[in-house]
Amino acid sequence: MGAGHAALLVLADGRFPAGGHAHSGGAEAAVKAGRVTDAASLEDFCRGRLHTAGLSAAALAAAAAAGVDPLALDDAADARTPSPALRATARRLGRQMTRAARAAWPSPELDALAAARPRGAHQPVVLGLTARAAGLGPLDAAHAAAYEAVSGPATAVVRLLGLDPFDATAVLARLAPELDHVAERAAEAARRAVHEGPDALPACSAPLLDITAEQHAAWPVRLFAS
Amino acid sequence: MHLDHPDVYPHRHTYSAASPLRPDGRRRALRIGLGGPVGSGKTATVAALCRSLREELSIAVITNDIYTREDAEFLLRNAVLPPERITAVETGACPHTAIRDDISANLEAVEDLEAVFSSSSVGPLDLILVESGGDNLTATFSKGLVDAQIFVIDVAGGDDIPRKGGPGVTTADLLVVNKTDLAPYVGADLEGMARDAEAQRGDLPVAFTSLTAEDGVAPVRDWVRGQLAAWTTPAA
Amino acid sequence: MTTLLDLPAPAGLHAAARIVAAPGAGGRTVLPVLEGDGPFALRRLRSHAGAAHVCLVGAMSAPLGGDRLALTAVVEDTAALRFTTTAATLALPGRTGAPAAYDVRLAVGEDATLHWLPEPLISARGSDLAQTVRVDLAASARLVLREEQVLGRAGEPTGRLTTRLTVRRAGRLLFDQELAFGPRVPGWDGGAVLGGHRAVGQLLVVDPAFAARPAEPRLLGPTAAVAPLAGPAAVVSAVAPDALALRKLLDSAASRLNAVLQPV
Repeated sequence: MGAGHAALLVLADGRFPAGGHAHSGGAEAAVKAGRVTDAASLEDFCRGRLHTAGLSAAALAAAAAAGVDPLALDDAADARTPSPALRATARRLGRQMTRAARAAWPSPELDALAAARPRGAHQPVVLGLTARAAGLGPLDAAHAAAYEAVSGPATAVVRLLGLDPFDATAVLARLAPELDHVAERAAEAARRAVHEGPDALPACSAPLLDITAEQHAAWPVRLFAS
Repeated sequence: MHLDHPDVYPHRHTYSAASPLRPDGRRRALRIGLGGPVGSGKTATVAALCRSLREELSIAVITNDIYTREDAEFLLRNAVLPPERITAVETGACPHTAIRDDISANLEAVEDLEAVFSSSSVGPLDLILVESGGDNLTATFSKGLVDAQIFVIDVAGGDDIPRKGGPGVTTADLLVVNKTDLAPYVGADLEGMARDAEAQRGDLPVAFTSLTAEDGVAPVRDWVRGQLAAWTTPAA
Repeated sequence: MTTLLDLPAPAGLHAAARIVAAPGAGGRTVLPVLEGDGPFALRRLRSHAGAAHVCLVGAMSAPLGGDRLALTAVVEDTAALRFTTTAATLALPGRTGAPAAYDVRLAVGEDATLHWLPEPLISARGSDLAQTVRVDLAASARLVLREEQVLGRAGEPTGRLTTRLTVRRAGRLLFDQELAFGPRVPGWDGGAVLGGHRAVGQLLVVDPAFAARPAEPRLLGPTAAVAPLAGPAAVVSAVAPDALALRKLLDSAASRLNAVLQPV
């Protein structure tokens, strides 16, 4: 333990080759439905995602980084993901992240998870275990997961709406204090989960993200995989 | 062997195309990438290659569409290969990212195809063609994804493309100049293109094709056969 | 309506109700325990086939602000219970501004069936309610559970409402979901969560028959979908402008899941 901030920058870099660039985090469906049309509605969207799916993901990641059994966390992630399209996406991205993580920070724990879930574990669990392999702590893992929860949609909306990228980045900057707060909540829950198991983790959910993920998965023409 | 069999994964080569061996020690399929600008005939070249080689080789195709599955569906509709041999990868509007900067989704697709066929009665694949979504002249494949790459341009896109160069034109293992049949109509100077290409590429080969002609894909097919022969011959 | 009004008692009200459904003679389900105090007036109604039907009658005002309500139902092996309410449950603010808690605990035994179909929970302006629903299912148990939340009475801003629904089957977590809406909940009305809708609900169906024949993912218009869970279960999730539209969506989904739903 005890890696500095640099490893976190590597892990949270949007160019970390783990497949995230092809996913919009529900933003493509929200744009099509007219719920995201500009920087303000993008901010509302990202805030909602951050405090729901983002918090749940951050808590799973923090718990994995804290040493909670990744397979139990993977089951907990399944129970927190009612949409089959989102479960498939989470496992696909988890598998892609496993590949990148094993190259970047080889670890027996990542190998064991890959062996136990050859089709991919849920991405936040892999992210947390990757943070652990990189010598990062639960709060770092939570930060990375929470940031991903908003950076993915923000980047996607730049491509989908032609939104000014400076505006999109300003949205992320405005959300930064809330992101810190979510990460701290997630890390706190992860500390409890070490003793109480995954039930101690939040299971926050966003109805529209779940519902529209199923719709998006059925579209014949789309820019993003999810 | 089931696809999900946990025993195979840890031994699998997981993050680079560099290892030429399968987990079981046999040589894996040769992976050839096809890139090039929109409309230059990548999908048509893939389709022609499949028709021309499918009797002698076990082939699979991975498409990287920009925002649809149209390339995959074109191949399916035209029945150049059965559906289980075609996989579409979604690229989030960034086809060059998916073949160069973040190849993870394509590697998953490659390994899934290899695993399915290795474990089936059909037997392992010989050749996997990875087609990029149409992009610009700088889009090239990562060496972590493919063993060799073909860059497809066409005469109608402008006969100055070889002269302009760019990573695709300059470094691809094979440059294909397609739609030569259109040269008279668009005023393209084929000899000039050949000269420019040689100036940019040195000894690297260039193939001029007209896929509308009988066996028009022959120069590309012969090059692929050569690559395969080199691939399957164990290094001394 | 079961109005959950405010009482002067600063500590708030603690009330509990308990239902036990057990197999009786001739395949009929009997109710050896049917008790409730405070706002919980439970009635046995005529039922389909051999199942027992218990109805929570909205006869009493139930305080919520600062109160704790607990409702427990146990369906013993092979028994069948249907639970309904005569009216919506209304969460109202208490005088102290303290949050209220409503905890529902359900247990369903082997080859037993529970249909838990209460009317909506309405969050009135200024209220603050935390509801938890925990369900423990035996491996062969069947469950149909409907949950509807309405945010504010007509034309009124919503109170604060948080819910957590956790379902375990054979000891294993099957479904775990927290929802939070209203004041001090960041982003709840944005395009990711409710997008301006004021009614949200789900119909959760657990049936061992899904193991052999899983439900197909299905879209029910732009704001509702049927989703098979990672287990022998499916959930219909929906958001709608109001309670009526929400019920329509959930009912249409219920009829589509009829293949596995046997009336009780």
